[in-house]
Amino acid sequence: MITEVLTVAAEAGESDHNPIIPLWQEVVLGLIAFSILCFVLMKFVFPMMEKTFAARVDAIEGGIKRAEAAQAEANQLLEQYKAQLAEARTEAARIRDEARADAEGIRQDILAKAREESDRIIGAGQEQLAAQRESIVRELRSEVGSLAVDLASKIVGESLADEARSRGTVERFINELGPAGSAGGRR
Amino acid sequence: MTGQSTVLAAEVPFPPKVEDFYLPSILPWGEHNSYWFTKITALLWISIAIIIIFFLVSYRKPALVPTKKQWIAESIYGFVRNNIAVDMLGKRGINFAPYLTTLFVFILLMNFWAIVPFAQISPNSHIAFPAVLAVISYVMFIYIGMKHHGGLKYFKHALIPPAPWFILPLLIPIEFFSTFLVRPFSLAVRLFANMFAGHMLLLVFTLGGFAMLNANVWFAPFSVVSWVMTIALTFLEFLVICLQAYVFTVLTASYVQGALADEH
Repeated sequence: MITEVLTVAAEAGESDHNPIIPLWQEVVLGLIAFSILCFVLMKFVFPMMEKTFAARVDAIEGGIKRAEAAQAEANQLLEQYKAQLAEARTEAARIRDEARADAEGIRQDILAKAREESDRIIGAGQEQLAAQRESIVRELRSEVGSLAVDLASKIVGESLADEARSRGTVERFINELGPAGSAGGRR
Repeated sequence: MTGQSTVLAAEVPFPPKVEDFYLPSILPWGEHNSYWFTKITALLWISIAIIIIFFLVSYRKPALVPTKKQWIAESIYGFVRNNIAVDMLGKRGINFAPYLTTLFVFILLMNFWAIVPFAQISPNSHIAFPAVLAVISYVMFIYIGMKHHGGLKYFKHALIPPAPWFILPLLIPIEFFSTFLVRPFSLAVRLFANMFAGHMLLLVFTLGGFAMLNANVWFAPFSVVSWVMTIALTFLEFLVICLQAYVFTVLTASYVQGALADEH
C-alpha cells in the first residue's frame, strides 16, 4: 500500500501537489478542530456516560440487594408464621385433650351421682316396702285371728245346728268347761 | 465529483490525477492555492459539528433507563470502551476510553464523507489529518510510557528486549526503528492511503464509464458495467471506512498497551 502511494506520489511530483506532503493549513485546522472535539466530548459527554453507567450498576445492584432483603424478611415472616401455627396447633390439641378429660370426669361424676341416687331410691323403696309388709302382716295377723275365730265359730255353730250326732260332743265340751265354759261361751 | 459536474461536457478528464484531490478553494471562491476554507476543511468542520451536536443533544439529560438517542450514543461509547479499551488495556482502559472513542468517531465520520452523495471525498484522503492524529497517538504513547516507567527508563524498557547480549546490537536498532520511527508513519499513511485509493478507485470507474462512452457509443455496455462496479466499490469503500477507523483506534490502544506493559 505504501509503495502504491509512493508511485502515485512520484507521478504527482510532476503536478503542483504531492499527496504525502501535508498542507500546513490543514494541519493547523485539523489540530484545532480535533482539539475542540476532544475537549467537548472528553469533558462533557463521556464522563457523564461513565457516571450514568456507574449509577446504572448501582441501581441494579441496589435493586438486587433490596430484593434480597425483602426475600429474607419474607422468609423470616414465613418462619414466624409457621412457628405460630405449630404453637397454635399444639395449643388446640392440648385444649382438646383437656376438654376430653374434663368431659370424662363429668361423665363419671354424673354416673356416680346417678348410681347413688338410684341406690338411694331403691333403698327407700325397699324400706317402704318392708314397712308396708310389716304393717300388712301385722294387720293380717290380727284379722286372721278374728277371722279364724269367726270362721271357727261359724263352723262350730253350723255343725251344732246341722248335725245331731255332734250334740253329745258339744254337751261334753260344755260340761268339761264347767263354770269357766259358760264365760267362754259368752265370749 | 468533478467528473459528475462535467458529465455533459464533451471532455471528461481521464485518467483522474492527484490534482482531483485538491479542489479550488470556497473562500476566496475558485482560488487554487488557498487552503483555509476548501471543501475539505468545510467537511472537517461539519464533521466536528455533527459529532458534538449529536452527543450533546443525545446526552443532554441522561437517564438510568435510556431513550433511543441516548442508547445509541452510549452504544458507540460502550463499543469502544468495552471492545477496544477494556479488552486491550484492562481496567486502566476506562481512562483511555474517552480519547479512543473520540478518535474512533472522528475518523469514522471523516472517512464516511467518501461515500456521502455530493461530498464524496474524505478529508482523510489529505494526509494532513491522519498525520495529526498519528502524531497525537505517537506523543501519547511515549508520554504514557515515560510516565508509567519513569522517564528514560521507558526507552530502556522498550528498546532492550530480554535477549542474549550478542544479539542486542541487532535487536536494539530494529526495536527503535519499529517502535519510534515507523509507527507514526504507518498509522498516518495506512489511513490516508486507504481513503486516497478508495476515492481514486471510485473516480476511475465513474470517469472511465464516461470516457468509454465518449470514445465510442458502442462501448456503452462497458460503461454500464463500469458504473455498476462503482456501486459495488462504494459498498467496499464503506467496509474500508469502518475497518480503517477501527484499525486506527485499535493500533493506538495497542501502542498504549505496549507502553504500559511491565514485561516484554
